[in-house]
Amino acid sequence: MKQALILVPLLIPPLVLNDFWLTQVATRSLILGIMALSLSFLATYLGVVSFAQATIAGIAGYTIAFFGPNSVGIGVPLPFWISIPLALSLAAISGALVGLIARRSRGIYAIMITLAIGVAFFYFTRQNYTFFNGWTGFSGVRAPEIAGVSLRDPLPLYLVSLAVAALALALVSGFVRSPLGLTIQAVRDAPGRVLALGISVTTPIVTAFAFSGLLAGAGGILNVWYQERVSSFSVGLGPIIDILIISVIGGLRHPGGAFVGAVVFVLLETFAVDLIDRERFNTLIGVVLLLIVIVAPGGLQQLAHDWLARLRAPDTNEKSSV
Amino acid sequence: MNKLKMAASALALCAMAAPASAEDVKIGVISILEGAFAALGQDGIRGAELAVLETGGEIDGNTIEVITMSSDASPDSAVNAARKLIEQDGVDIIVGPLSGSEGLALRDLSKSYPGVTFLNGSSAAQDTTLRDSSDNFYRFGGDGAQWMVGVGDYAYDDMGYKSVAVIAEDYSFPYTQVLGFMTEFCEAGGKVPEKFWTPIGNKDYSSVVYAIPQDVDALFVALGGADAVNFLTQYSQAGGDKPIIGGSITIDQSILDSKGPFKKLLVGAPAGTPTVGDYDGDEWKAFTASYTEAFPDGFSAPSIFAHHYYMSAKAAMLALDEVDGDLSDGHAAFRAALNDLTFTTPTGGTMRLDKNRNGVIDNFVTEVYEREDGTLGNRVVKVVRDVDQLLGQDEAAFLASGPVSRDNPSCP
Repeated sequence: MKQALILVPLLIPPLVLNDFWLTQVATRSLILGIMALSLSFLATYLGVVSFAQATIAGIAGYTIAFFGPNSVGIGVPLPFWISIPLALSLAAISGALVGLIARRSRGIYAIMITLAIGVAFFYFTRQNYTFFNGWTGFSGVRAPEIAGVSLRDPLPLYLVSLAVAALALALVSGFVRSPLGLTIQAVRDAPGRVLALGISVTTPIVTAFAFSGLLAGAGGILNVWYQERVSSFSVGLGPIIDILIISVIGGLRHPGGAFVGAVVFVLLETFAVDLIDRERFNTLIGVVLLLIVIVAPGGLQQLAHDWLARLRAPDTNEKSSV
Repeated sequence: MNKLKMAASALALCAMAAPASAEDVKIGVISILEGAFAALGQDGIRGAELAVLETGGEIDGNTIEVITMSSDASPDSAVNAARKLIEQDGVDIIVGPLSGSEGLALRDLSKSYPGVTFLNGSSAAQDTTLRDSSDNFYRFGGDGAQWMVGVGDYAYDDMGYKSVAVIAEDYSFPYTQVLGFMTEFCEAGGKVPEKFWTPIGNKDYSSVVYAIPQDVDALFVALGGADAVNFLTQYSQAGGDKPIIGGSITIDQSILDSKGPFKKLLVGAPAGTPTVGDYDGDEWKAFTASYTEAFPDGFSAPSIFAHHYYMSAKAAMLALDEVDGDLSDGHAAFRAALNDLTFTTPTGGTMRLDKNRNGVIDNFVTEVYEREDGTLGNRVVKVVRDVDQLLGQDEAAFLASGPVSRDNPSCP
């Protein structure tokens, strides 16, 4: 219930922000936050860092583009109430497949396997013309219209993204408390003991990947509505690393960190160019990200948490919720 | 989270309060300032700045302000850059972007912003203006097919090649280049029995090298930068000895200056391009002189990117001058002026637009020659004036042949 209150201030931005801030900053942060949440979830509760989250988001995005209105004349237009569940299912299935492939790997090996999957998919989209339209990809993708209101308009897109983000957070916090969620965390902490109890570790791992695929897919659908296009560039190394950066600077301690990281990342990416010589803005972005990682190894949410704890230090000895 | 939001809102208020007098004309320039193209993208910015410098930074009392933004060659980044320029910086005119797929993306975006006029930078995909064109998107330059005009005829008539294999990268710009070459070459009677499409950034070309048919007379190589060096090196190491025909970005000076056993293959190789660094036309010499004076740290001569960004920005300046810098009628008069504009380009031709707002350009056929000191250079062998986007063909027939792709055009 306490978490629901956080939503209230988030309804204020549409009243005070112009369209640019609402769409390019607030909505984009929410969308990237949802994608990063899918990574944070895996990293926090299963202890596996997956580099395939942008790929799975891309699969959902490509599904929406292929089965929806686009301007490249490829695909089969379907009504959105079919294409959206289809995209989400495909994302969840792809997530499960990635999990099945990577189920025995940990640490750097899991990173290598998921990275290989991501890069292979990237090159596949560049060279396949039947489903992915190669290098150029899909353009002119339009978000559905409901009762004459396009979901791509700034306010509807923000509200939909906000609702999806809230739902995703609620799902994650509910899921990790469920018996299956607890099993997943047990697999993270002591896979040998879980096996000894007679519980297969494959099912929890694959389910965790499928669930994170669902989250990434939801972000991917919103992203293709926001960009109005999807191409090989949307699943390349750039987006893969962006999602990792967002998760890390936000912090992996609490799922909400993904959104903190996304806001900082989007603000930096959008405005670094105004703060410094226009040819050098990437240096600024790099330096700031480096500073965040050095100063706050637990991410920005950890930093904020520590400061708050210090303020309250004398009387409360609050326990972490995770 | 809330603190961040507050900071964000405060920032937003500052940004909105930024002073902007009504008489400023803001021009946003989008180019690639990061990654492999950064040095070339920077030269595009120089071209646009040069056109503004020539006006003294103001037109009829209206200050011209240039705001640059970087993209990273991806359509998404070009769209984000344009959105920021329009919605946050409030620009009236956008000049850019640099590469083909970015141009298609901005063409689509321009339809959502009818109050902003877009002038293409150097992106050269065909459909940016030919099919599904946008009323407020202008290209004062050519597409990749126009940039190859003259080469197909030259290869068939002057070099005597009857059959040519194509090796090109697998995306929109090389498709368009291949169309430009094959349109003339096939019409003259030449054959293209085999086309090899390789992914951009490919390192290993051995499968292509060994699949090239032995009975072709020459190879048309539309690869850029490192891809061209890699292919040519591997081809000559494998004993390949077919003559080369180059695309617009295949045989640039950096390849001619690089070391490699393939250099002997390149002597005499023809190529098509709208920009030749050491062209000896009077207008080009004057343009080069003002470029080197304004940018002592630039290249020794304007690149294809500086040349094209310059022409677009120049067109904007001339049209602004015609309407006394007044854009208050929703750009109507400004766009009418752009549509009717004619001016002399740095290559000495007359720039004007066709009905799709695509430029009618000059094109060069160049060939590689060996200088006295043993180094290689490009020299002009033919200048083709007044090249339009339809390549001189009937419009209905040209459009009926369909969009360019791996299989279109074809004359095996």
